[in-house]
Formats: sequence, structure tokens, C-alpha cells
Amino acid sequence: MSDAYAHPNYIKIWFWLLGLLALSVAGPMLEIPTLTIITAFGIAVVKAYLVAAYFMHLKFEKMIIWFLLILSLCLLGVFFFGTAPDLMMTEGDQWIDCIADKSCVEQRL
Amino acid sequence: MSMHGPIATHRSSTGIPSGRLAIWWLLASEVFIFGGLVACFVLFKLNGTPGFEDASLTSVTAGAINTFVLLTSSLSIVLAHAAIEKGDRDKSFRYIWYTIGGGVVFLGIKTYEYTGKIIHGHVITENLFWSFYYTMTGLHALHVIGGMVIMALISFDIRKGHNYQRVELIGIYWHFVDLVWIFLFPLLYIANF
Amino acid sequence: MSQATAAVQTDTHAEHHEELSFLYKYILPVDHKIIGMQYIFTGMIMAIIGGYFAYAFRMQLAFPGELVPLYGLVGPGEYNMLVTNHGTIMIFWVAMPVLIAGFGNFLIPLMIGCDDMVFPRLNRLSYQIFLVSTLVLITSFFVAGGGFGGAWTSYPPLSSVAEYSLTDWGASLWILAVALEFVSFLLGGINFITTTMNARAPGMKWMDIPIAVWFIVVAVILFMASVGPLVAGAVMLFMDQRLGTTFFLPSGGGDPLLWQHLFWFFGHPEVYVVLLPTMGIVADIISVFSRKKLFGYRTILYTAFATGGLSFIVWAHHQFIAGIDPRVANVFVVTTVLISIPLAEMMFSYIATLYGGSIEFKTPMLWALSFLASFLIGGVTGIYLGASALDIYFHDSYFVLAHFHYTFFPITIIGMFAALTYWFPKMFGRMMNETLGKIHFWGTFVPFNCIFLPLFLLGLAGQNRRVYNFQNYPDLAKQELQDIRIFATVSLIVLLLFQFVFIYNFFVSMFKGEKAPNNPWNANTLEWSTSSPPPHGNFKILPTVYRSAYEYSVPGREKDYWPQNEPPE
Repeated sequence: MSDAYAHPNYIKIWFWLLGLLALSVAGPMLEIPTLTIITAFGIAVVKAYLVAAYFMHLKFEKMIIWFLLILSLCLLGVFFFGTAPDLMMTEGDQWIDCIADKSCVEQRL
Repeated sequence: MSMHGPIATHRSSTGIPSGRLAIWWLLASEVFIFGGLVACFVLFKLNGTPGFEDASLTSVTAGAINTFVLLTSSLSIVLAHAAIEKGDRDKSFRYIWYTIGGGVVFLGIKTYEYTGKIIHGHVITENLFWSFYYTMTGLHALHVIGGMVIMALISFDIRKGHNYQRVELIGIYWHFVDLVWIFLFPLLYIANF
Repeated sequence: MSQATAAVQTDTHAEHHEELSFLYKYILPVDHKIIGMQYIFTGMIMAIIGGYFAYAFRMQLAFPGELVPLYGLVGPGEYNMLVTNHGTIMIFWVAMPVLIAGFGNFLIPLMIGCDDMVFPRLNRLSYQIFLVSTLVLITSFFVAGGGFGGAWTSYPPLSSVAEYSLTDWGASLWILAVALEFVSFLLGGINFITTTMNARAPGMKWMDIPIAVWFIVVAVILFMASVGPLVAGAVMLFMDQRLGTTFFLPSGGGDPLLWQHLFWFFGHPEVYVVLLPTMGIVADIISVFSRKKLFGYRTILYTAFATGGLSFIVWAHHQFIAGIDPRVANVFVVTTVLISIPLAEMMFSYIATLYGGSIEFKTPMLWALSFLASFLIGGVTGIYLGASALDIYFHDSYFVLAHFHYTFFPITIIGMFAALTYWFPKMFGRMMNETLGKIHFWGTFVPFNCIFLPLFLLGLAGQNRRVYNFQNYPDLAKQELQDIRIFATVSLIVLLLFQFVFIYNFFVSMFKGEKAPNNPWNANTLEWSTSSPPPHGNFKILPTVYRSAYEYSVPGREKDYWPQNEPPE
């Protein structure tokens, strides 16, 4: 059941992964927030791509599998962005914090 | 290759062998499970929920070593797959067991980490960060253990000459376990963002 | 691949036909047909339990405070447990096991022309996990504190704090049972999708697959995509319950609204997960019993994809009055109303299939037609609920309850009986009694409408859900309203009594029914080309497919049907 493709050089990919790991540990040590995000997460994405494309052979797989994975990530995004407004936007223009100043309690609301 | 089992197992109208197709569907559903946990973590984190600054208390060294261990074990399992494709059963068997060894080292470091944290009072109920830390790494560790068990069974199977294709399949699963860790590492170990 | 299949086409299992023991044939089978029947029988037993719970709580509502015959006293906590587990059982332990796991298992390999599922032992494992989940759920009824009573939606903090739910281990066993059931269906789903994608008969292109199979596969894909976040949520809820974490408790920094979103992100696609298999089964039945080609196969398929896709962006319509931002609610109003369009299109296609057809009013067709009529009412009332302004009044009222029973009952119960009466000859090799079938049909369909149509009126009158005794509310204790409650309860009892007709018909026909030919309904799909019941390996010679599944009444042909595997002249 082997599909005919030449195996990538797995050891070379591994060295790249280790180099990226070193960068992603070093970057945050400089303590610049933007740089931290780029190095910690951006590199995580790159490492993930290398593992997926070469170790998991996605580069040689039919497109439908890429499609499936990207669609899954998009749906996760839908969940995240649909839930975020509710969980994160707890301030409102019309809201009175009547619990803090006890006015609801007095009005028995 | 084995020929027992129904004819259905050996058909492939799509051109992708059924075992591989099934593993990819399994991984797609696992993306939603881990992705769900990660999404919830990020939601709380971005909201400024108290406790998430505790990411600075986890040991970056331990996390980085664990990342190295998993990346290396991913290498060894894919080399096991390359070996079995050439028919080299013994080499493949050895490399599968190197991968399992990597899993053991990973779990050992995690145990050392958990013990250290719990002794210092950082238990799962301390705050939401620690709840997520133990839940996410715990669920991940369960997947690591499951993968190791299945790998061991496959290694004995291929040594008897059966089911060579399963090395690739457990490899894909193991790479996924590695991928999840690649994202858990920055989320749980690197603070300041 | 085709060379390999051609070479083994002639003999499916001559080489290894060891006679299996009773244990390996019926208790630990790998044969998809037996596993399918295990799911169907388990689901039917759970339906009896779910129906019994409904009987108990409806008796309490109609005759509050009185001892319910064959049950006992239903106090408020008991009522909550009954209502919660009725919903949970009917969706997770009846609808999904019977229609998806049961009929999916039985039908998919037969309808796509192969000898079993691609992973038979994984199939067996899926059933075993499902059985364990069933036992865990039943155990939850007997632990101290009783079964969980926090509604099938299980919102925290009620469900996560034992002091509030008063069902410490009941709540945990409930969520554990649900989580195990999810795992079982995830594994089963992988089997179904892989089998349908890969194991089709030679010549069966994507557009030759019968709609019943397509819809079960799409349903299973929807399930797999939506359940993940809820599995994460279930783990978090279990930990809140047992370990004291605060994922959903504001006092610890958590948020109860997060559970609502995790639940409904799954919960909405879930209703389409249960809907689509029945829609698919009804499509096939309507086509066969109108002797007419299915109108708009491709359109039906594409609208199913559209429905599936849209189902992921409507979920917050369950949370319109939970305190979500009204601007966010507006978005969900638009998407909710939009999703009615592909669904309506499917209904129109089915009606167009009937138009001009030569209708045979056999029992399966009666069920299929009643599905269309009832689901139409259910769907239309959903549009009212989709308007967030109206939902302010309707939310958590009996209007919602009547709406979802007008959708769920057709999907689960009518769909189950349609499928059972249609495929019974294939499954058991005998015909069911038509007269008893028709009596059972009318005895179910008419009482069903008598129960739920009046409940819309109760909803409009302002009656809330999940209340155990309306005598405590002066506005709702009026005699006219109580009369409606009594009428609904009596109708339920009539409905339950008529089920005995089915049980009798089912078991007597299984042993004494008239022997069924291969193709009693003169249908085209591949399962009818083999014997009733099919042999081990399904087909003596694995079929090759030459045409789509719906070539009925093709002009110029003598017979009004054209089986998929009949070679062209």
C-alpha cells in the first residue's frame, strides 16, 4: 500500500524543528510582548506545519485531507468568535452595576 | 499485508487506504476536543481572568525538554515507518521501541513536574490556570499512554510479519500527539503576553 | 484497486466459513447486521423507559399530587429527574442508536454493495462502549439522591454543584454516560464514513449512493465536528462536580455561559444529526412507494450540505434571553431563519416526488407521509422561535416544547417505525401484518397530534417548562388549562397502549409472518437484490452498479423499477 513518493529527509526536518524550538524558547526571554507572541506561537505554527507536511506525509496526500483539517480549524474559529463576545464583553452601555452599590438589593430585584 | 477481514476493508474507491482515511477522521474529531479546551483557555486568558499569570511558574526548561523529547520520538516513529516500507522488520521494531522510550521519558518529566507543583501547593483547584494546566496536560498524557500501548502491540504484530501498514497509522496518531504538545507548550509555559 | 475486487468478486467467504458459536454470533458479533440489530433493540428498550418516564410526569401534571399508577408519587425533585432523563434518553439512547447506529450499521454495507463495515471489530467495540454507557445511565437512577434532574441541557452551576442539584453521584454518572455515548458514536462514525467513502461497489459513483446512506454519513460528520468542544466541556463539568474546580463557577473566575455555548455549539447541529437519517429514510420510502424517481437528487444532497454547514452558525438562538448581546442575537436570528430555506427545499422536493406518482399506501408510506406533515408543523413553528423578539415571550414555554416535539417525535418515533416497517422483511425474512401496521399507525399518529397540538395553546397562555405542578401558579391553574393538560395526558396513555399492537406485530411476524421474498417492495437499492435476510457476507456475488438508485417508472421499460445492479441490456 505504498504510494510512490520519495521520502523527505526526516533528519533534516528534525534539525529544523530543534532549531525552531530553540528560537521559540529564546524569543520570550527577551520579554518583548509582540516578539513573544511571534516567536512562541508563530513558530509553533511553523513547527506544526513541518510535522504535518513531512512527518505525517500531508505534502504527498490527497487534497481532501488538508481540506478536512482546515475546515475543522475554521469551525473551531467559529466556536471561538461566536462565544467570545458573550464571555469577554461583560461591560455594557446601559448596565448599572446594582449589585456592587446594592441598589438591586434595596429595590428587591 | 493481511488478507483476513471482509473484502470491504481492502477496497479503496477514493484511492486512500481505509486505515489512513480512518486515522485522519479520528484526528479531525480530536482537533475539536483539544481545540475546544484550548479555545476555552484562550477565552479566559484574553479576558484577564485572575490566575493566568501563573504560567510563569511552570518550568520552561521542563517544557522545552519535553518538546524536544516528543519531536525526537516523532522522528523515530517516522523512521520506523520508512524502515517497514523497505521490509526491515527488526529496524522498525527497534525504532518503535525508541519512540515508546521517548514517551516514557516524557511521562517521567511530567510526573516530576506535577509532583513539584503539587508539593508547592499548586493543585488543580487553586485557580483556573492550574485547572486548565492539569486538565489539558492530563488529557494529553492519557493520549500519550494510549499511543504507547498501541505502538507496543503493533511492534509485536509486525515482528510476526503482519499488518505493516499500521506503523504508518500509529505514526500519524503519534505526530498528532506531538502537534498538540507543540501548542500546549507556549500556552502553558510561556507567560508575558 | 478494481483488479483486486474483481478477482475476489465471485466468492465472498467460501474459504473461511467456520461456524460461529452463539457467543460470537449474537453476543460478540462482528457482523454489521447483528450489531445494527443490537443497537435497535437496545434503543427500543430505552424508548420504553423514556416513554414510561413521560407517562409518569404527564400523570403528575394532569392529576397533581396524586399517586401515579404503576409508578408512585412524583414530587418536584422526582419530576425534574423524569423530565431530564426522558429528554436525554430519547435523544441519545433512542434516536441516535436506532436511526444512526442501528439502521446505519444494517443498511450501509448492504446499500453500497459490500460485505461488512471496513472495521468490523471497531464496530463491535463501539456497541460495547454504548452498552456500558447505557448501564451507567441506568445506574444513575439508583444511586443515593437519585437520577440527575438538571435538564438534558445540564446548565451549571445547578449541574456542577451537588448542594444545588441534590444529586451528587446521579449528576456525575449522567455526564459520564453521555460522554461514553459520545465516544461510542465517534468511533462508529469513523467506521461509517470510511466504509461509505472507500468500500463502495464497483460502478457506484458518489451520485449513485442512495440518499438514506448519504444522509446518515452527513449526519455522522456533523456529529463528529460538533461534539468535540462538548466532550471538552463534559470533562470540565465532571471535574467541577468531583474535584471542585471552577470552570463554570464565577466565584472561581469561571463562567456558566461558557457551558451554554459549548453545549449548544453541539446541541444545534445535534438536532440535524438526528433529523438527517430520518429525512434520508423518508426520501427512499417516498420514492419506492410513489414508483417515481426522487425529484432533485442533487438538489436534495446540496441542501443537506447547506443545512449541515448553516447548522454550525445558529446555536445561540437557544440563548436569546440568556443575557447575550442583542446585536449578536441579531446575527443568529438571520442565520436561524436562513436555515429554514434548505430544509423547506428538501420538503418541496419530497412533495414533488409524490406529485404524479402512483402512490401505494403501505404502512411504511403512511409513516413517511405523516413525517412530512408533522415535521412541517414543527419546522414552521421554529421560525417563530427564531425571531428573538418573539422568543422573549416563548423561551422556555410550552410553545418551545410543542415545537421540538413536533420535530423530534416525527424524527425519532415516526422515523423509527417507518424504517422498521420498511426494512423488517429484509432484516427478519418475514412480512409484518399490514392491517396491524395500519392500526398501530393511526393509533400513534392521531394521539401524537392530540398531545402536542394543544400544548402550543398552553405555551401561548404563558405556561413554563420544567414545572411540576401548575396549581401553584394562579394564572395557570385555570380549569381550561388544566383540561388541556388532562386531555394531553389521556392522549399519551392511548398512544402508549397502541404501542402494544406494534410489539405484538413485531414479535409475532418475526416468527410466524409470511416469508418475505428478496424484494417485496420492488425497490432498486442493492439491499433488495440479496436474500431476506442476507447471508453471511451479504451477497453471494458482490454486485456491480450500473445506475442511480431512483430509476422508477422509466419510460420504455416494462417493469416500473430498475435495480441498481441489473446489467444494462
